[in-house]
Order: sequence, then structure tokens, then C-alpha cells
Amino acid sequence: MTAVLEVRDLRTEFNTRAGVIRAVDDVSFTLKRGEILGLVGESGSGKSVTGFSLLGLVDPPGRITGGSIRLNGTELVGLPQSELRARRGKEIAMIFQDPIATLNPLLTIRKQMMMALEAHQHMTTKAAETRCIEVLQRVGIPDPAARIKAYPHEFSGGMRQRVAIAIALLHDPAVIVADEPTTALDVSIQAQILHEMRSLAAETGTAMIWISHDLATVSSLAKRLLVMYAGKVVEEGATGTVLRDPRHPYTRGLITSLPAIAKPGEDLLQIPGTTPSFLSLPPGCPFAPRCESAEASCDKMPETAQSDERMWRCHYPLGLSGPDPRGAQQ
Amino acid sequence: MTAFFRIDRVSRAFAPEITLGDRIAAKLGARVETRSLQAVNAVTLELAKGETLGLVGESGCGKSTLGRVAAGILPPSSGTVALDGKPVLLNGRKATTRIQTVFQDPFASLDPRMKVGETVAEGPVAHGLVSQAKAGEYVSEWFARVGLDPAFAGRYPHQFSGGQRQRIAIARALAMKPDLLICDEPVASLDVSIQAQILNLFLHLRRELNLTCLFISHDLSVVRHVSDRMAVMYLGRVVEQGETAQLFETPAHPYTRALLASVPKLTLDDEAIVHFEPIEGEIPSPLSPPPGCHFSPRCAFVQERCRREAPELREVQERRFAACHFSESLIEQGSSDFKGFDR
Repeated sequence: MTAVLEVRDLRTEFNTRAGVIRAVDDVSFTLKRGEILGLVGESGSGKSVTGFSLLGLVDPPGRITGGSIRLNGTELVGLPQSELRARRGKEIAMIFQDPIATLNPLLTIRKQMMMALEAHQHMTTKAAETRCIEVLQRVGIPDPAARIKAYPHEFSGGMRQRVAIAIALLHDPAVIVADEPTTALDVSIQAQILHEMRSLAAETGTAMIWISHDLATVSSLAKRLLVMYAGKVVEEGATGTVLRDPRHPYTRGLITSLPAIAKPGEDLLQIPGTTPSFLSLPPGCPFAPRCESAEASCDKMPETAQSDERMWRCHYPLGLSGPDPRGAQQ
Repeated sequence: MTAFFRIDRVSRAFAPEITLGDRIAAKLGARVETRSLQAVNAVTLELAKGETLGLVGESGCGKSTLGRVAAGILPPSSGTVALDGKPVLLNGRKATTRIQTVFQDPFASLDPRMKVGETVAEGPVAHGLVSQAKAGEYVSEWFARVGLDPAFAGRYPHQFSGGQRQRIAIARALAMKPDLLICDEPVASLDVSIQAQILNLFLHLRRELNLTCLFISHDLSVVRHVSDRMAVMYLGRVVEQGETAQLFETPAHPYTRALLASVPKLTLDDEAIVHFEPIEGEIPSPLSPPPGCHFSPRCAFVQERCRREAPELREVQERRFAACHFSESLIEQGSSDFKGFDR
């Protein structure tokens, strides 16, 4: 399979009065056609900024300060805004958490979809409308020919998110970046959307980056998983493998924090402390102050290590057989 | 045995305010339509001392309204709430300090202009649980118990993270020495690692203080973790109630069953293709609930009878209640597949 999106050493920084915040730090990954990639992390891990960076949507004082984003072979970093705009929504699209904020409350769904279509394509009104209705149908809006004339407030939360997904699909983009798209929805509606998103990816070959804090949702959808902490990818690999046998202590902490896998009433294996502020990151591994396995050498930033199609960034990875790596260090 | 805390056939409706114009129009003989929203419909719940009851349901099912009625913050339209045999409301006002609440959003529930130490001390001092002179010491004690540095008492809410604020909210509630704690989505807005910390804190304090607890949440895995019994709400009614473990194993109501099937599970197999079983359709508007059983338009097991006749909540097994005409056959069919994974 060919890679539609290749991200190498991406770095996004925000210049603030208090100092430079590096929200995305050396992030690299490859996305294949039709693949769903999960990007997980907690608030402030840089997962959303990574998504925004891919679309060139980082506003000043933030900017991409290094690395490369290649979409279908074209380098996006450094492209002028006009050229980015020509690709945004056409080749790469984004879905956000809150469809109330994404849709314009003053325009009908029809108007908004037509505008999105005409931004990249010249079509007759009739052909455009047919296309809009067809896409609405595909995301499961009942009676799309009538519903297209409605305003956003006339839809429920789940239906609104479907409309947002429909707009993202209008141009059959190569990549969709979905930032917590089901977080605001009820579980029964979430299951419907997950079901549809997966069949869409399979049918259309659109690749997806699914950004979420919810490991369970991501694991049921994505074949590969990226775990972010303080702007860095700390672990990457096949979803099941990472969750069964995590290398990074942070990944393990995220999994053992889940009540779903604990015995009811028993203490959860929690991670102590809180996510560090970007302005006062520790000198080496950002997770070291909260890490049980941390040693003196964690003062230095660990390099990424790779084997068997997985990657981690830790001096003392978990679950590796052979001599105890801690013993070998001493 | 009489229950320690009893919510007895409580209903709560919200009606739009009748404007002056409407009133004049009504006087002149015009027909003015007032549609009221039945948020909670004849709900009865009992809690034994030291027990935690989980209350689950999706948005708009009335769980938060019921929580507010139970806390005495909102008067019911009909029905009574009693703690230890005494009514919680007297003349429409909350008449007890023995019930305290922890809310979802610790950003909204703490006064931004009050030092957090003052926030925690305010209630106990006003109600004479502690003298003004000893208040500082009392606050320090509670800060330590919820895992906060007592030196932080002089800070303002904006200086704390979400998890720390939730600890302060818990300290404030517990400093009133309540017998019943009502938690409305206490961990819903927290990150996973912080959520685990707060849940652990909650479990410890509950054991130490022998608290009785009504725990409201949309998150089934959280409720499964903390509650002894649970009740499932749909469109203002309790559709199922029973021991938590049993309810997860053999749900007796199609809605519970479908809800459990909808929750994404941690998937550990690289090759597995997860089969989603979404409930069809949307939650109907509580302004115009469907006739008969409210769940019938979305139910996979629906029969003709369900559309005509609303099922009563009845005892379908020992200590097990469900509002479905066909619960027995559902129980017979057996287990749902709600599991995390085996370690």
C-alpha cells in the first residue's frame, strides 16, 4: 500500500510572553491509503495541535518551525497560504469535536455544503445539490433531500456531527483528521458514528487520523496507535500489541488507570502527579517525574528505539525479554 | 427494613413560564398551549446505609434532575425524598445539611473570588460544625485527607488544575460531615490518569467515612467500578434496577442490553474487527415521548403490545426490577458481552 501522508520530525511552536511552547516535538508517522491511525493522549499532550498542523491551521503566535508533511508526495510545510487553502477541504479535511461550533448557525445545511463544494470545484447548481444529497445519504441522514434545507439547530448533536462528516467527505479527500469527533455524543450515537466511519474508510479509501483521549474507542477503530505525551510521540505500534504489551510506562499507566479493566471496587493503578506544563518541562524525559521506573539517566532525553514495526522513546522500556535493561546499564 | 434514603414516586416537570401575553390571550378565550417536559417520571429509589447506587443514562434521561431533587436543590413536582425517615424538604426548602453534592464541572462549582480554604470552611462555620477560630485547622485537616497540600488553602480556584479543583469540591462536601453524598458526573471532565486518582480517593473516603452515595454518571465502566447497585434511566423513567454485577451480566431490559453493547471495549487483538451494534434511531424528545414503552421505537425485541401499553417497573427476579414486558425471556437469553479484558 502506498503512503498518502508522511510526517517527519514535525515541530510546532508557540511564542508566548512566558516563553516558547513546543506543543509538537519531533512527531513522525506514515499513513497509508484507507488506514485509520489512532492518536491518543491526555489534555495538553499536543495531539490536537498535531492535527491542526497537518492542515496548516495553526494560528500565530503558533507556527510550524521544522519537519516535513508530505501529502500525496507534495510538501505542505512552507507552502503559501493560498496553495494550502487549495488543498484544505479537498485533499485533506478535518472534523472537530463540537459540530455546533463548526457549522454556521445562520446558513442552511444546503448553503454551507454548496459553499464547500464550490470552493474547489465548478459545478452546475443541480449537479452540486445532487452531490450534497448523495453524501448526506452516505453518512446516514434520513430523507436527505428534505433535511438539506434545514438549519443546524434543527438537527440533534449526532445528526450535526454527521453533517460535519458529510462536508468533510464532499471532495473525497485522501486524508481526514478527526479530532475527538464522538466525545460530545452519547454512547448509543457514538456507536452509530464509529460504525459508519469505519465503513466509509473501507469503501472510499480515505485514510483517517483519529485523535482521542479514549483508548477503548480508538482501539476498536484504529489498527495503529500513536501515544503522545508533552508534545512527543512516546510509543507507536499495532493497536492490540501496544495495549497488550506496552513499552512505555506512560502507556501502561493510561491502560491501568481505566476502570473497565479493574476489579470493581479495587484501587486503580493510577499515575501519580499531573501533566507537566509546557513552560516547565523537566530536562530529559518529560514523563520522568511521574514514572516509577525513572532512574538518574532519565535526565537525558531518550532516543527513539525501534523493532518489529513498533517504536518507543524510553531508556527503560517495559516488557523486553533478555537481560534486565536496568542491570545492563549499571 | 426501612431504607436509609428513600426517593418515593418522585416526578419533576418543567413547564415554560406563562407570559403576560399568553395569560391575556387565555382570558380572551384563545387556546394557549403549554407543553411541559416530564424530566423525571414517578421514580422510586432506595439506598441502604453505606451503599452506593449508580444512576446511569444518556443525555436528557433525567438523571441530573433526579440528582438535584434528591439533593434538595430542586423541589419535586410530586413525591417525597426522605433521609433517615425525615423529609429532605420543608416548606420547599432544603432542611438538612446531611446531604452534600459534588458536581461535574469544578470550574463552575467553586466561587472564583473566594480563597479555596474559605470555600471549604464556609459551610461548617455557618452551621456551627466548627468555630471560626478553629476553621483554619479544620480546613487543613480536610485538605490533607483529599490529598492536597494544606498550604494551598490561601489560593484561588484558577490556580488549580481540574483534578485539584475536584479534590477541593470533595473536601467542601465532606467537611459538612454528610451522611449522603450525591456525585453528579464527578470525573466526566477529567483526563484518564486524573480520573483514576479521583476514583481512588472517592473509594478510600467512602470506606473510611461509611458514606452512602448516589453516583450519577453516563460512563458505564466508572459506575461498574464504584457502585453496589445501579439504576438505568431512559426518558425520565427507571427502566432497570439491580445489583451492578448481575445487571452487567444479564441485563433484563433491552435498553440496558443495547447500552452495554454500544460501549467501545479495549481491543487487544491486532486482527480483530470490532463489531459495533449501534442502537437504531435517536433518543426521542422528552417533550413528545412515544406512546407505550418509551424505548419501543428503538427496541430490537419490540412487539405490538409494547406500542400500546407502557410496562411498569416490576420485580423480575429477587431484588431485580425492570420495566419491560419481556424481561424474563431476555434474562433467559443470557449474557451481555461487557467486559474490559482479563488481566
